[in-house]
Amino acid sequence: MLAPLSWIKEYVDIDITPQELQDKLFSCGFEVEELYEVGKDISKVVVGHVLTCEAIPDTHLHVCQVDCGEHGQFQICCGADNVVAGGKFPTALVGATVYATAKDHKTVEGVMTIGKGKLRGYESFGMLCSGVELGVSENMYPGAGYNGLLVLPEDAPIGADVKPILGLDDWMFDIAITANRPDCQSIYGIAREVAAVLEKEIKAPDLSYTESDAELEGFQVSVDCPELCPRYSAHYVTDVKIGESPVWMKRRLALVGIDAISNVVDITNYILKELGQPMHAFDCSTIEGNAINVRRANDGETIVTLDEQELTLTSENMVICDGVKPVALAGVMGGLNSEIRETTNTVLFEAAKFARDNIRKTSRAVGKRSDSSARYEKGVDEYATVMAMKRALHLMEELDCGKVARTHVDVNTGNSVEPREVAVSINKVNKCLGIQVPNEDILRIMNNLTFAPKIDGDDLILQVPAFREDIENYQDVAEEVIRLYGYENIVPTFIASAQVTNGGLNLQQKAEARLKNALCSVGAYECIHYSFFSPSDLDLLRLPEDAVERHAIRIMNPISEELSLMRTTLAASMINAVVRNQKKGNLEGRLFEIGNVFMPKSLPLTEYPDERAKLCVGIFGEKESFYTMKGIAEKIAETLHVEFKYSNTSNTFMHPYQTASISCEGVEIGYFGKLAYDIADDCDLRTPMYLLEIDLKLVSQWYGKKPVFEPLPKFPEEQRDLALVVAKNITCGELEDAMKEACKYITKITLFDIYEGEQIAADQKSMAFTVVFTPKDEAFTTESVDAFVKKILKQLNKKFGVELRS
Amino acid sequence: MNANLEQIKQEIIAGADELNSSKEVYEFRKKYLDGKTGKIGLLMKEMKNIPNDQKAEYGKGVNELKVWALDFIGGLDEKMKAKELQDRYESEKIDISLPAEKSEQGNLHPITLIRNQLIDVFSGMGFEIFEGTEIETDYYNFTALNTPQDHPARDMQDTFYLSPEFLLRTQTSAGQIHVMENKKPPIKILSPGKVFRSDDDATHSPMFTQMEGLVVDKGITLCDLQGMLDVFVSKIYGEGTKTRLRPSYFPFTEPSVEVDCSCFECGGQGCKLCKGTGWIEILGAGVVNKKVLENCGIDSDEYSGLAFGIGIERTAMLKYGINNIKLLFESDLRVLKQLND
Repeated sequence: MLAPLSWIKEYVDIDITPQELQDKLFSCGFEVEELYEVGKDISKVVVGHVLTCEAIPDTHLHVCQVDCGEHGQFQICCGADNVVAGGKFPTALVGATVYATAKDHKTVEGVMTIGKGKLRGYESFGMLCSGVELGVSENMYPGAGYNGLLVLPEDAPIGADVKPILGLDDWMFDIAITANRPDCQSIYGIAREVAAVLEKEIKAPDLSYTESDAELEGFQVSVDCPELCPRYSAHYVTDVKIGESPVWMKRRLALVGIDAISNVVDITNYILKELGQPMHAFDCSTIEGNAINVRRANDGETIVTLDEQELTLTSENMVICDGVKPVALAGVMGGLNSEIRETTNTVLFEAAKFARDNIRKTSRAVGKRSDSSARYEKGVDEYATVMAMKRALHLMEELDCGKVARTHVDVNTGNSVEPREVAVSINKVNKCLGIQVPNEDILRIMNNLTFAPKIDGDDLILQVPAFREDIENYQDVAEEVIRLYGYENIVPTFIASAQVTNGGLNLQQKAEARLKNALCSVGAYECIHYSFFSPSDLDLLRLPEDAVERHAIRIMNPISEELSLMRTTLAASMINAVVRNQKKGNLEGRLFEIGNVFMPKSLPLTEYPDERAKLCVGIFGEKESFYTMKGIAEKIAETLHVEFKYSNTSNTFMHPYQTASISCEGVEIGYFGKLAYDIADDCDLRTPMYLLEIDLKLVSQWYGKKPVFEPLPKFPEEQRDLALVVAKNITCGELEDAMKEACKYITKITLFDIYEGEQIAADQKSMAFTVVFTPKDEAFTTESVDAFVKKILKQLNKKFGVELRS
Repeated sequence: MNANLEQIKQEIIAGADELNSSKEVYEFRKKYLDGKTGKIGLLMKEMKNIPNDQKAEYGKGVNELKVWALDFIGGLDEKMKAKELQDRYESEKIDISLPAEKSEQGNLHPITLIRNQLIDVFSGMGFEIFEGTEIETDYYNFTALNTPQDHPARDMQDTFYLSPEFLLRTQTSAGQIHVMENKKPPIKILSPGKVFRSDDDATHSPMFTQMEGLVVDKGITLCDLQGMLDVFVSKIYGEGTKTRLRPSYFPFTEPSVEVDCSCFECGGQGCKLCKGTGWIEILGAGVVNKKVLENCGIDSDEYSGLAFGIGIERTAMLKYGINNIKLLFESDLRVLKQLND
């Protein structure tokens, strides 16, 4: 929120520098995001008195001798049409900084430094300035809007800095207000806080006015939706004279970014900024039926707002109506039909509290944001509605633009604007903080906050002002105490009273950590992808309409369609990650991710979905193959102390003959293999990619498995190499299984060679294995091992027609 | 006789010049010194044919020759082996500036690295690790955390909704309610996890990672909060790093604080990283709001708590000097390979 220092000073005496005030506000919970001087870009501009002013022939220029007092007398060339001898103008000395303007003399194009110049042969030692060049608008200083020189008053001291004269020495505070302090969303609200911090008196704005006898006979206000409008007050003003606001008001509005419109409208805007209460003024002559009615809009009802836009409303929106028609979209914007015009001579002021949620939703639904709606969204209190109405009426009198009539209607749901009594235990306040704040300090702080504190034994009894809706219990009071007592008084302790607890990772977390480390050890890099993905990702994977992955949870308000579905597979994100890498020239690499997929039990969601942790590995590059990925699968099995079994499988996005399903103890837990070529082509992949996906939620049942120690064999192991000639369609796995079945002493089988070619029949291949036999109770003899081999070969021959290669 | 010995000696000396490898030296040695077939060995066998009176002299002469030959050929062998070793080395000269062949080691994601560091610090203090669900209900994410429907704090976070009731959690605090509902104090939990807010720019990602800590026990105070965070920052950012508390607002803590730590780059002198202030904002924290405890059925007269929430990405970005949060989620190997901490 923007607050000019000069405006804050109207309500509280400030005798410290702006920077010191910034620090004080920071330490009590109000971060000043930006602090700057209004004229921060302007320097070395002084009051210059033009002594002589000669026209340069055949040009629009004048050459002037300018007296700048202590700075000297300078020759300055000037092109403005209002330069005149005897006049006083802002004079930028050589070395001064001012705003550079475009050819139109209105558009600011940055800051420039004034140097010596030469125009048409005349030397120039400075520049006489316009309002735009000094960043001063008409509203900030009368006459500053003229497209020529800014004329300074006759009594301006020659040579003096122009900044104080033009109000450029003021400071702007841009203050971040936390959501619990809507009462500080105004200059006066901030001033109250400053007064508390600096231990100064707060000076209330003048709320006095005199009511005339005039009244709006029979005028009535009714609120049909008290849940959306807990308070609505209206006051009638006669003899309105629409005109310009005084300079001081226009300047303040300009500083906080509001254009002056007319005195009555400016008053409503001024109060919004001063007190944080949005106000509205209706041209009373347009109010039909002598009544105001606050209600929900009818579905399909329309209103034309001040900005001449027609809006179609629903019953979720709230309208202010007269006896016949809607005249305002409550809290957001007035209706065009009742706006203040030059001819307005009676006004009905509105100061109301509207439910913040309703205003926020309406503002978003109709796409219209105003200073008023922005303020309502943060929450206004009823204390402010009463104060604001009085202030508006006072300002009507002060600006002499209307007579306050007698007619005042205040509809409320019974909330008091008087202080509430809150009693808390001092002991509890101190126990929450962990330090003993002396009672006199607590009293002092509560006094500064105008909480009218009393201490009775352990009880601290407070009269909490109505605008501090956030103060309810000892914790709230503890925060008020410590933020003004100072956080530097907190003495760090280390949960001395807490009981010892066992910390650390649980079984699942430990297993996942081990898995991640194991994958790193095979050269894979961990990645983290968004939990949401795109509907087009499902198409990329060629998933059929009835695929379970298509049954994804949709985000109602996604950032974009690309991020609109909760992931049901990690494969798409991994493919996309590999695509991104290849586009950047990384043609080989290994990536893995552990993340959740979200499988709904019903759509739309009526219960928590099944969030399943999955592991996805993506490897790519010319060196990778089905078998390198199989190596990674084996590494995973090894890490978890389980054994994986593989069988042929296929799915829509994988190679039909280079994809395996993975199972563990009979449970299918995932798949791996080569990415299908049509998908790789779609993605412009330049090197082959392999994918693995494992359901860790299924795997988690084996997380506790410990490696089992096998005592070393008492007798030496025996080893035989067997070269087998088999039909091409027989798999290595089938042969291994058959061998193990044939001999219980086999503990390891390792394939070391495959041969196909001239020495073998065309439909056959040779596979060479090393088979390890481990004795159990007695040592093997050569004969006993020979017998095993014989039995194995017999079995293989019977099953697969296998012959020993000669 | 002596002439014969001398002849063999000269033959050995002359033959030595012909030898080019240690293998030839071995054969040469065999030729003369093999016990059965060597020339000197055969001389020994001649002993039986030598007259008795000459036997002593003959034996002495042969033995002297043998000792000499052993020494002489041994010297040859040594020289030859030294030369061969040198030749082998010479032949294996390489260009040590050729590229290295590495067995590649991958690494953990920077978010995991920071997460692991934090888990290490806090599990040492007795914190259990609890990971809640990414999809939560409105109740657990907001209402139970003292943020009812109409609460202004809801505007602080733009929430992704999945249905009127279900949403993507905006804070890991959501999971803590589940813990407090199911566990009696003392509670010390650390909840790392993905959270989601509808924000997308250079410093905001719609998904990011938080780590929330919660302690509920008897007599927990704001002083304990700062004491615990002091330990945390000194372990993560180095000994001597200090914390500073300043008031803030979160609906589920009261008092609420922003916690800054003294700049670990400049030690608090003021630098680019800390924007000249000497302090870096690292987390939000506070004393658990009694309403939150009560929502979970915990007696707020008996127990109190503290809570803190750390943004992992921010910590990682500060620690590794990463300037755009998006880099953390793009899986660019050129980025990931650099961050092998």
